[in-house]
Amino acid sequence: MSINFALLLEQTLNGLQYGVMLFLMAAGLTLVFGIMNLVNLAHGSLYMVGAYLATAFTEKTGSFVLGVALALPATLLVGVVVEIVALRTLYERDHLDQVLATFGLILFFNELVAIVWGRAAIFTSVPPFLSGHFRVLPGLPYPTYRAVIILVGIAVAIMLWALVTRTRLGMRIRAGASNRTMISALGVDIRQLYTFVFGLGAALAGLAGAMAGPVYSVQPGMGEGILIQVFVVIVIGGIGSIRGAVVGAIVVGMADTLGRAFLKPLLATIISPPAADKAGPALASMSIYLLMAAVLFFRPEGLFPARGRS
Amino acid sequence: MAISRRTLALVAGGALLALVPPIAALTNQPFYLDLFRRMMIFAIAAVSLDLILGYGGMVSFGHAAYLGIGAYAVGIPAFHGVDNGWLQWGLAIAASALAAAVIGAVSLRTSGVSFIMITLAFAQMLYYLGISLETYGGDNGMRLAGRSRFGGPIDLREPAVFYYVVLAILVLLLTLGNRLVASRFGMVIRAARSNEVRARAIGFSPFRYKLTAFVIAGGAGGLAGALLANQTEYLTPDFMHWTRSGEIMFMVILGGMGTLFGPVIGAVVLLLLEDVLSALTTHWQIILGPILILVVLFAKRGLFGLVAGAETRDG
Repeated sequence: MSINFALLLEQTLNGLQYGVMLFLMAAGLTLVFGIMNLVNLAHGSLYMVGAYLATAFTEKTGSFVLGVALALPATLLVGVVVEIVALRTLYERDHLDQVLATFGLILFFNELVAIVWGRAAIFTSVPPFLSGHFRVLPGLPYPTYRAVIILVGIAVAIMLWALVTRTRLGMRIRAGASNRTMISALGVDIRQLYTFVFGLGAALAGLAGAMAGPVYSVQPGMGEGILIQVFVVIVIGGIGSIRGAVVGAIVVGMADTLGRAFLKPLLATIISPPAADKAGPALASMSIYLLMAAVLFFRPEGLFPARGRS
Repeated sequence: MAISRRTLALVAGGALLALVPPIAALTNQPFYLDLFRRMMIFAIAAVSLDLILGYGGMVSFGHAAYLGIGAYAVGIPAFHGVDNGWLQWGLAIAASALAAAVIGAVSLRTSGVSFIMITLAFAQMLYYLGISLETYGGDNGMRLAGRSRFGGPIDLREPAVFYYVVLAILVLLLTLGNRLVASRFGMVIRAARSNEVRARAIGFSPFRYKLTAFVIAGGAGGLAGALLANQTEYLTPDFMHWTRSGEIMFMVILGGMGTLFGPVIGAVVLLLLEDVLSALTTHWQIILGPILILVVLFAKRGLFGLVAGAETRDG
C-alpha cells in the first residue's frame, strides 16, 4: 500500500467525519460539566439509546430521515427523565459519587437495551438516496452518507455557537457556567436551565448515535468506546469549553483515523514489514492516548481552558 | 481497656476467612473455596486502590490496568516456559509499579475530573495494547500454561494452599497499609488531600509523596493481577476493561473508603451480590446498576462503619 494523494484525502475526510461524531458527543458532555459540574459517564448510554431508537423508528416508519427525526426528541426525553430521576441529586456531590452513580446507570442501560433488543449487534443500512458516492475531485469518489454526517455536524456546531453566544438562553447558560449562585439569585430558575442543558446534550448524543447506526454496528455497550475517546477530546480541548471540544474532536478524529490508515505503512519504511504489521495497529490504537499525555504534559488545563474555573 | 468493636470485627472477620478451607472441605463444597479466594484477590486490589483513593483523594479510574499488567507478567513468562513464581510475581509488582510511575507522573499534574479521565484513558490504552498482543491470544486472551511454582510446600495447585497464600498476602497488605497511613508519609498524603495549598505552605512537596503512594498502590494492584491469573488460569485483556476499574472502585466505596478494611468487606459483598443476582437472572446488571446508584446516594459511609461502629475512618 503506497500513500498517495487520493487516499490521503479520503482518509482525511474520514477523520473529519469521525471528528464530527466525537464533537456531537463532546459538546453535550462538556456543557453538562461546564454548567452543572457533573461528570456524566452515562453520556455514552444516551448515544446508544439514540442509535437503537433511530433503528427502531426507521423500521416502523420505513423512512430513515423520519427515524432519526423521531429519535432526537425521544432521546431528549430519556435524557430529561434520567436527569430528573437520578442525576439532579448528584450536582452537589463530589466527582467520585458522580462517576460511580453514572457508572450504575451504564450497567442499567446496557442491560435494558439487551432485554429489549437482544445482545447481538444490529446492522442497519444506509438509506438508498444517501447510499451512493459523489466526486469530491475528479476521479475521487466519496460516500455520500459520510459527507452528510460531516455537513450535519458543521451545521450543529454553527447552531450551537449561535445559541450560546447570540440568544438570551445562551446568555443564561454562560452565566450559569460562571456563577450559578448569582444567576439563581437574579431570578433564573436554575433547575429548569439544568434540565434544558442536559436534554440538549442528550439530544446531541442521540443524534450522533442515530447517524452512527449505518456506519458502525448497533449493540449494547456501543457507547463506551466512543465515550472514552470523547473524554480524551475534552481533556485535550479543555474541560467545559465548546471551542476546545471542536478543536479536540477534530484533532482526535484525525489522529485516530490517519493513525489507523498510515502508521503501518509509515513504520514499514523504518522497520521490517512484519514488525510493522504487529506494531502498527497497536501504536495506532494507542496514538490518541499518547497525544493526550503529550498535551497534558505541556498544558495540564488543556488547549482552551474554560474561563471562570480554577 | 475494653476491646473495641473495631478490633472485635477485625478478629472475627480474619477468623472467618481463615476457616473457609476446612468448612469447604467438611461440607464438600470446593466452590466456596474458589469464590472466597476470588473475593480476597479483589480485596487486595480494592485495598491498594483505597490507599490512594481513600487517603490520598486520588480518584484513579484505571486501577484495573495493574491487574492486567500483573496477569500478563505471569502469563507471558509461563507461555515461554518460565514458571518460577518468585520471578513472575516479582515481575508483576515491578512492571505495574513502573507503569504506575509513568501514569502517575503525567496524571498527577492534573486534578479533579481531568485526573479521573486521564487515568481511565491510560487504562484503556493498556487494554488496547493487550488486545494487540496477538502472540499472547490478542482479543481472546490465552490459557495460563500452569500456576506459578515456588517449590517446597507452597504448591498453588493445591486449592487450600493457594487460598492461604492469598489470605497471607491480604493480611500483610492490610498490616503494611495501616502502618503506612499512620506514618509520617501517610500524614503528608492525607494532609495533601484535605488541603494541598496548606501542605505546600508548611514545606512539603505533595507531588512526590502522591506519586510514591500511586506507585505503591500500582505495585500491590499488580500483585493482585498475578494472583488473579493464577486463580482463573486464564488471562484476557478484559482484566483491564474499564468496567473492572469501576467495580474495584465500587468495592472501595461500598466497604467504606479510607478504612482499608472496608474495601475487603466491599469486595466480599459485591462479588457475593453478583453471584446471587446472576443466579437469579442473566440480566442481573439491571438490578446491580440501580443498587450501585442507591449506595452512592444514600449509604456512602460504607459497610465497615456499620460493622465496626462510628469513628472508624482514620483518614
